Amino acid sequence: MDSLIQVHDLVKVYSLGEVEVQALRSVSLSVKRGEFVAIMGASGSGKSTFMNILGFLDRPTSGQYLLEGIDGQNLSMDELAEIRNRKIGFVFQGFNLLSRTSALENVELPLVYAGAPTHKRKETAQKALSEVGLKGREHHHPSQLSGGEQQRVAIARALVNQPSILLADEPTGNLDSKTSEEIMGIFQRLNRELGITIIMITHEPDIASFAKRNILFKDGRIVDDHPNSAPTAAAGAGGRK
Amino acid sequence: MTRLLASLRIALRALMVNKMRSALTMLGIIIGVSAVIAMIAVGSGAKKRIAEQIASMGSNLLIVMSGSSTSGGLRFGMGTVPTLTVDDAKAIQVEIPGVKYVAPNLGGVAQVVFGNQNWSTIVNGTTPEVLDIREWPLASGRSFTQQDVDGAGKVCLVGKTVAENLFGGIDPAGQIIRIKNVPFTVLGVLSSKGQSTWGQDQDDIIFVPLTTAQKRLFGMQFPGMVKQIAVQAREPELMKDVEGQINDLLRQRHHIQAAQENDFTVRNLTEVMSSAEQSANVMSLLLGAIASISLIVGGIGIMNIMLVSVTERTREIGIRIAVGAKGNDILLQFLIESLVLSLIGGIMGIGVGVVGTVVLAAFTQWPTLFSMQAILLAFIFSGSVGVFFGFYPARKASMLNPIEALRYE
Repeated sequence: MDSLIQVHDLVKVYSLGEVEVQALRSVSLSVKRGEFVAIMGASGSGKSTFMNILGFLDRPTSGQYLLEGIDGQNLSMDELAEIRNRKIGFVFQGFNLLSRTSALENVELPLVYAGAPTHKRKETAQKALSEVGLKGREHHHPSQLSGGEQQRVAIARALVNQPSILLADEPTGNLDSKTSEEIMGIFQRLNRELGITIIMITHEPDIASFAKRNILFKDGRIVDDHPNSAPTAAAGAGGRK
Repeated sequence: MTRLLASLRIALRALMVNKMRSALTMLGIIIGVSAVIAMIAVGSGAKKRIAEQIASMGSNLLIVMSGSSTSGGLRFGMGTVPTLTVDDAKAIQVEIPGVKYVAPNLGGVAQVVFGNQNWSTIVNGTTPEVLDIREWPLASGRSFTQQDVDGAGKVCLVGKTVAENLFGGIDPAGQIIRIKNVPFTVLGVLSSKGQSTWGQDQDDIIFVPLTTAQKRLFGMQFPGMVKQIAVQAREPELMKDVEGQINDLLRQRHHIQAAQENDFTVRNLTEVMSSAEQSANVMSLLLGAIASISLIVGGIGIMNIMLVSVTERTREIGIRIAVGAKGNDILLQFLIESLVLSLIGGIMGIGVGVVGTVVLAAFTQWPTLFSMQAILLAFIFSGSVGVFFGFYPARKASMLNPIEALRYE
């Protein structure tokens, strides 16, 4: 398996006025295609900063980050937007769906910016929604959906462009444990059946146990990185078959 | 193209979500555009009326008046002492090449009687050319001819007002009227010209042959006396030359020494009128400028609302940027939103402006004139206001940092 993500000696420094905050101090990491990684750590450990850099939403102060060999360091904002659009799918803690917009249109959003024609957008978005088990709820607005359903819409949106990697930032943070397990089930199935690489941030060890590899951040450094030989099998991880 | 359509749909939806707010923002543009439309209509209406008055007076017109004179140390005003003659008029016609028509006239106020009706009006003795000079067609009948002038024929043409007051419903042509007790046959009726610039009724007039006026009606202090000579130049550009040449010719004919003042005056009426036209231009420009200010205020309203909208939708912008919207996509989305606001406002403003002007014209009797250019201009102007005032908020939105935007509550 080839290396999808290569991070070498990554440093991120924020300057808040006079004070300099070292969010990341020399992080090196390699993620292969098809992995399901959980990144853990207390708040302020640098895991969110790391995620932003992996998602090309932020640039490192120094060091190197390659996604499929692409270095974002010297790319313009628009070029980064294109990479995010084609190679990265985001799932956020707060779902971040557009309100007053149907589930289908939310899922279509990345395709709009990819410049796909209307009929193709509809078709692809519908497929992505049925992939996460929301067939028949295409025209519901976020306010008419439960938290778990909203997060599934967000997952469908993240998948719709067939990205190389799915980045999930506390995807279960706003959900109860039963719904959380459902979401993890979807992640495991996507990872297993479609071979989608997932990197997920969480601070709950329960949730991390669903992943195949666990990484622990502390004070801007990776302090632990081990494979999880026996990931918890989520109920429903077998998926809809 | 797909992206543009998508942006348009997003913009329309965003405007529909805040209907009241969108409507109020549009109102600013509606008021601005309708004010521009109405003011331009009023301004060009005034200009058109003045242009019509200039045309009704006759174009390229010079009036030679018998001049001021000094008698025993008393100075008299223009026209008090008659100095012009029919021969002066003939000389102007023959000797100055730039002259098209010449019409000398001698006239005054006289009582006119027909049957048991009588009416006081201006009676002008002149030559048939006067109708050409003043571009004044007949409504009915025929004009008198040079023969009538040569033979001092007792014939006349009556203006609309005179015809109405004397004849009522009867056809005036062929009827006999008495002017200062002299019987005249009416040959024709002049078409209506309406009021002159200074509010005088131009249709309250009778034209008779010049010689008849001289011999029968007003008398002459010396042979061939006339009060005024109307001269029409061939081209507007020739006006100045003709004016100078008339001046030279008459000085020579009247034996005026180099040191002496003229005993006549040449007036360029077109010049007088064009200054009136200029002031109408200034007025319509001023009205347009004032109206434009309200359009600009409307534009500031758009900017204000767009800034609020960008702030409110920071999170939405963050989501869009995260899933791959480029700066231009966001810029376009908000720019289209403000453009749609201003263009819909512009279209509605054109409607309100046209209706408002028609109502205003009906109540005030002001002349108004719509032109396609003015309407188009107002529409384009409102669109540019939308782009201009929408650009800053849209740019602000497109420059948002996605991480902060996503965290925005």
